[in-house]
Amino acid sequence: MISRRDFLQASMAASAIVGASGFGQWGRLAAQQALTQDDLLNFDTFGNVSLIHITDIHAQLKPIWFREPEVNLGVGDNNGAVPHVTGADFRRLYGIEDGSPSHYALTYNDFSALARTYGKMGGMDRVATIVNAIRADRPDALLLDGGDTWHGSYTCHHTEGQDVVNVMNALKPDAMTFHWEFTLGQDRVRELVGDLPFAALGQNIFDAEWDEPSEDFAPYTFFDRGGARIAVIGQAFPYMPIANPGWMFPDYSFGVRDGRMQEMVDEVRAQGADLVVCLSHNGFDVDKQMASRVTGIDVILTGHTHDALPEPVLVGETILIASGSNGKFVSRVDLDVRDGRMMGFRHKLIPVFSDVIAPDPEIAALIDEQRAPFQAELEEVLGTTDSLLYRRGNFNGSWDDLICDALITQREADIAMSPGVRWGPSLLPGDPITREDVWNVTSMSYGQAYRTEMTGEFIKVVLEDVGDNLFNPDPYYQQGGDMVRIGGMGYRIDISKPQGERISDMTLLSTGAPIDPTRTYVVAGWASVNQGTEGPMIWDVVEDHIRQLGTVVVDPNTSVEVVGA
Amino acid sequence: MTFSRRQTLLLALGASAAAVLPFRASAAVEDAIAEFTGGATPGEGGITLTAPEIAENGNTVPIEVSAPGAAAIALFAAGNPTPGVATFNFGPLAGAHMASTRIRLAGTQDIVAVARMADGSFVQARQEVKVTIGGCGG
Repeated sequence: MISRRDFLQASMAASAIVGASGFGQWGRLAAQQALTQDDLLNFDTFGNVSLIHITDIHAQLKPIWFREPEVNLGVGDNNGAVPHVTGADFRRLYGIEDGSPSHYALTYNDFSALARTYGKMGGMDRVATIVNAIRADRPDALLLDGGDTWHGSYTCHHTEGQDVVNVMNALKPDAMTFHWEFTLGQDRVRELVGDLPFAALGQNIFDAEWDEPSEDFAPYTFFDRGGARIAVIGQAFPYMPIANPGWMFPDYSFGVRDGRMQEMVDEVRAQGADLVVCLSHNGFDVDKQMASRVTGIDVILTGHTHDALPEPVLVGETILIASGSNGKFVSRVDLDVRDGRMMGFRHKLIPVFSDVIAPDPEIAALIDEQRAPFQAELEEVLGTTDSLLYRRGNFNGSWDDLICDALITQREADIAMSPGVRWGPSLLPGDPITREDVWNVTSMSYGQAYRTEMTGEFIKVVLEDVGDNLFNPDPYYQQGGDMVRIGGMGYRIDISKPQGERISDMTLLSTGAPIDPTRTYVVAGWASVNQGTEGPMIWDVVEDHIRQLGTVVVDPNTSVEVVGA
Repeated sequence: MTFSRRQTLLLALGASAAAVLPFRASAAVEDAIAEFTGGATPGEGGITLTAPEIAENGNTVPIEVSAPGAAAIALFAAGNPTPGVATFNFGPLAGAHMASTRIRLAGTQDIVAVARMADGSFVQARQEVKVTIGGCGG
């Protein structure tokens, strides 16, 4: 990572690029703890083109709590580089004052206390207000959605994405790319995409049978804005059939396909593109590597790994923008595009403080309309939590511990496994737990909770395999999730080792005995990508468990020892 | 419910391919390459191997290889029990010196493509293809 000073120097050295981040000004306002909507939206309009980026909304239409990660380890060249910087180190890096709104929005420390001070974040009605304000400055600003939009809530599950589609369409995006959307099943995806009033992009979405570009998704589209010709190239999540159930979308194949990305960049440049924007769901480290291999992309709007960065990261002459998740942030990027190239930029990561930014009344009403048929089910209180419940981080979060505990208790298992996904809002100590809250951290189209037997040796193989998807030093071999969450078992992981040598000291917590490679253990889990998985739905398992507990208390989890970072 | 090892593997977190730990290149692949090159050590460059970084389905992995001016290209899966996959021969009238096929991989391993050029020299390209039980993304 380069510091702000280095960054500006790097920009000057590149001579064509002069840029500035809006963050410093916001930091000062933050120190005064006097946030206003005007302050948050304040932006000295720059150049002739504006991009608005939102990504990884995960169907969160209403404001939420969302605690950023405590542990986010980078390996190889990315060790210690953003976004693998958290907490106080992150605040020092960006000059963020402790206790400030940006501390609350961007780091994990003192989350519960700061959350009560600054309130919930997000809400697509607030996002609409921001988008409208930017459009008031620049009527032809492009709104680009990085995907993971039609997944992640009770209403989204029950309407198969229709609630989010209705709300997003009212925001009038210009283009979108995809990941979890495909878990709605390919027929539903085609139905929704066919009706979209904007471009559905993915240069790496291929026809699986013929290994040719899919006809259902364009690789790129052009926009004429501010006298410049802008090409937006889509990049869907590369590892869809590996990380999610391929049997739900058998007609499609994905992959990074950076060779074709280069072809597409060359093609749009040959057609007169003055600016090339990549709307990506690669994940940050994969985008960094792609930016170093593909020449001619001016801006990569990154997604998938849920990172929120207050300043762009520069790779060669490409700027990478990371806009967070769950509706917490909107990025505005103003660009000076002249003579067929990007001459400069100005960027601001706008935090969506829901108590500060007024909801857009039209979108607020539209959201409530989507939720109305489900209101009673959404609001039903299942219990209360005494602990902060969160998920984000490389290893167990407290939501995951609760889910694993539910699996072990309700399914009478020795060991529980829960997927290392990065979505799922937080709850504060004292909060009631509603059915909506449980669905926010569990809803998916393959939520069956399986119960099976595995040998100790096989459990190690699973951990080694998932560990390599996270800690392989080559980003192109990473899938961008977090480590599988384990209940009932402790282990040690050395992230610097190769696959097969990372995991050791596996211990059954109930007895304290080492895991016996030859012994068989009962394992309960959920979110298998295998077709025909049987079991109750995970949200029902968790709901039963919370009802039995009444009040949830999750003790700190010290069962995973991490070394080699 | 009872599960076979394979079903269990798929259940765990799963994906479509069964093997998980890297399959180390055997001496068999070096022997097979030496047989193709007549013992000559292949150089680098002039040959492009296109393969996925992570296989979507280890049972059918799309591989493409291109070597302009090649007389023949041999393809090897270094970790398979039988490493030799195919040898593509190009006649003097061949319009393009490229081939694509799908191969089955027993597990994570290197794919090696070796081209015999018109002048009798050899070049090779190598890429690791990971076969994984998968995980869950963001």
